[in-house]
Amino acid sequence: MNRILWLWGILFGLWLLLSYHFEWLFLVFGTATCTVAVLVAARMGIVDRESVPLHLVRRGALYVPWLVWEILKSNVRVAGIILSPRLRVDPSIVHFRASQRTDLGRFIYANSITLTPGTVTTGIVADDLEVHAIVREEVDGSEENDMNRRVAALEGEGA
Amino acid sequence: MMEQVLPVLTWVLLLSGAFFLVTGALGMVRLPDVFTRMHAAGMTDTMGAGLILVGLCLHSGVNLVTMRLLLVLAFLWFTAPIATHAVAKAALAAGTEPYTLGAGEGGADGGEGEGGGAP
Repeated sequence: MNRILWLWGILFGLWLLLSYHFEWLFLVFGTATCTVAVLVAARMGIVDRESVPLHLVRRGALYVPWLVWEILKSNVRVAGIILSPRLRVDPSIVHFRASQRTDLGRFIYANSITLTPGTVTTGIVADDLEVHAIVREEVDGSEENDMNRRVAALEGEGA
Repeated sequence: MMEQVLPVLTWVLLLSGAFFLVTGALGMVRLPDVFTRMHAAGMTDTMGAGLILVGLCLHSGVNLVTMRLLLVLAFLWFTAPIATHAVAKAALAAGTEPYTLGAGEGGADGGEGEGGGAP
């Protein structure tokens, strides 16, 4: 129930942010739209820890800046590869083990890998991530383990 | 003080964003196959778009536009990896062999092929 109210609040906040009209007509439209959307979602039974991950918000606030920093570093690295005259690419497909317990955790880990240039998650079966890397030796390092550990910590005690 | 720093910072961000966009485009041309090109494409929509949007945020000051720009950035960063993943998966499903460095180099996993992707 709590989760449903939060979802409604988030959706209505989004509506206000995007419309920014405070006439009654638009407020009523927004209220009605959000209510219908939340009711449909609730009836489909998809309002759960996965679709409204409130438990991630606090720890996520720490994870996101770290991820942005990682993205920045790997962007510079890939830019260096592309701009170097010799174009030192050594692509290969490597496998990582995801130690997250929930699907949502694995989803975050796989997407974080894809968001950092130089590595793209091409497939995931259970806890085995198939990752395409543009330079092989750079992904053998501890960086991906670090990310894995951080996402596992992010999802907390799990569902 | 702030009035002088802000435009400079805005320009630095916009120009470095543009730099990543151009580098990403260059990567699309220089890199050998679809999988390596995905990494270049990833660069344009993380840093390229990111730096430009943050630069525009600084330019507009703290107001409604800033919030909307940040929202654009959030949606972009949520959806871009999924699109990239979809492209990769489609390419693999279509049977594209990932390009690897010469066949002589003790067949790494995923390499299994003499030619790799030709182009």
